[in-house]
Amino acid sequence: MVTKQISVFIENRKGRLGEILDVLKEKDVNILSMSLADTAEYGLLRIISDKPQEGKTALSAAGFSSMLTDVFILKVPHTPGALQNILRIISEEEINVEYMYGLSVGGDDASIVVKTSDLEKADATFEKHGIETMSFCEI
Amino acid sequence: MIWSKEETLTRAEMEALQLERLKETVARVYAKVPYYRAKMDEKGVKPQDIQSLADLSKLPFTTKQDMRDSYPFGLFAVEQDEIVRIHASSGTTGKPTVVGYTRGDLDTWTDCVSRIACMGGASHKDVAQICFGYGMFTGALGLHYGLEKIGAAIVPSSTGNSEKQLMYMQDFKTSLLVATPSYALRLAEVARGLGIEPEKDLNVKIALVGSELLTDAMREEMHLAWGRDVKITSNYGMSELMGPGVSGECLEHCGMHINEDYFLPEIIDSETGEVLPAGEKGELVITCIKKEGLPLIRYRTKDITRLFYEPCACGRTTCRMENLSGRSDDMLKIRGVNVFPGQIEEVVLSIPELGPHYEIIVEREGYTDKLTVRVELNKETDSFAELQRIESATRNKLKVILGLDAKIRLESPNTLQRFEGKAKRIKDLRKV
Repeated sequence: MVTKQISVFIENRKGRLGEILDVLKEKDVNILSMSLADTAEYGLLRIISDKPQEGKTALSAAGFSSMLTDVFILKVPHTPGALQNILRIISEEEINVEYMYGLSVGGDDASIVVKTSDLEKADATFEKHGIETMSFCEI
Repeated sequence: MIWSKEETLTRAEMEALQLERLKETVARVYAKVPYYRAKMDEKGVKPQDIQSLADLSKLPFTTKQDMRDSYPFGLFAVEQDEIVRIHASSGTTGKPTVVGYTRGDLDTWTDCVSRIACMGGASHKDVAQICFGYGMFTGALGLHYGLEKIGAAIVPSSTGNSEKQLMYMQDFKTSLLVATPSYALRLAEVARGLGIEPEKDLNVKIALVGSELLTDAMREEMHLAWGRDVKITSNYGMSELMGPGVSGECLEHCGMHINEDYFLPEIIDSETGEVLPAGEKGELVITCIKKEGLPLIRYRTKDITRLFYEPCACGRTTCRMENLSGRSDDMLKIRGVNVFPGQIEEVVLSIPELGPHYEIIVEREGYTDKLTVRVELNKETDSFAELQRIESATRNKLKVILGLDAKIRLESPNTLQRFEGKAKRIKDLRKV
């Protein structure tokens, strides 16, 4: 099952991240996880939230270049090698991981956010191998 | 529709008229303007030396500096009480240049603008909204009287308050827009933000744009913003010469017709001052041959263009000047390379993932010039690879066109400054 991630283009400029967070706070959008990747000049902020559509709309209206991206949230058992096991399966199916980052939730399991190539194939692969995917509503 | 019979004279008729007017003007400024008399005496040229149009090259040039030296009224060729209107340039780089008009000059001006409005497809049926700043700037009042003369209904909305401008456009069914190209784009952008689709919800059919370069790429951008069928023509002028109405583009889009029965054009090599043959690129020099208040002789416009004398498919026979490729003033010298902002604009507009707004920053690091172009991202993306592709496509294209390596700075939409008047897109931070 895919979930919607908000992706925002962000210039490396003082206060820019704060402006984005202000917009989301204004709309009462709760951030469940985020990753900020950057180059010298700009970055991409990726956000898993409880209201992706509303968050994206508010950010676009505020003038931020933002979009919704389909990603997977995968449940990963808290045991050594668990993540490696998942990645091996993905790799064997010749699916590429474009990026991934951790999602902090309590409990026995951890989760990661993964953006892959070929969404349908990835979804089927996870299903076949019993890798649990979650939507943001379940977090 | 062709407004004046002077626009269709044969070459011989036009040249006879020009020579008659030139001789009269030179005799008059020699007699009435001490500044000109001194300059002509210094060059050893007398009014009677002007016997053919080719003799024009014997006369001294006039520059913006001459106008500043004679501030405010030193170059006027009539008594003060014959002046009925005064305009001035903004004077951002020194004393403003002041221009004065007699009643006859205002009639001439109106006639010139009526001609270029007709060239652009305007008629008495139009509702013309003038989004140029009313005031000392000649643009607004020039277009105002010329359009009024042909019978259009004028909406003198001036600049600013884009929401209100759009309200007038909707409620008055504005069919003709007068603006700078960049403000026309800005209006379309604000319209979309308000949920107004310019092509569907507004009635604009004609855009007369001026006071900024209209590159082909910018014209295309305007068509995207305002609709494929909108007739977009550029027109040219400057306050020193009169204001808008010196030349204008017809719907054939093959250069701007010069009102050469009033403005005698030449092209010179801006370094040597030598007159260049028709068709060669150089600085435009204009002699006002029918001005009363301020008849400038061989005024150096600093604008780079070419002249063509072949009759146009539109039926007019007046000389055409190519749409400007830049101003010798605006030209930047970066690492020894001549760069016109228009070239950078062309590249920016050709990259679909970028918006039409940009800013050029030139800095000096040590002994090296550094060129940075700030552009707005027009496409949402989640991929660094794509951002890098856009960046390098822009940089490569700039390298091909300019022969220079530039740094590209991608920005969020709507971050760069928007302009209502002339856009100021260059920041030259080099200390000279």
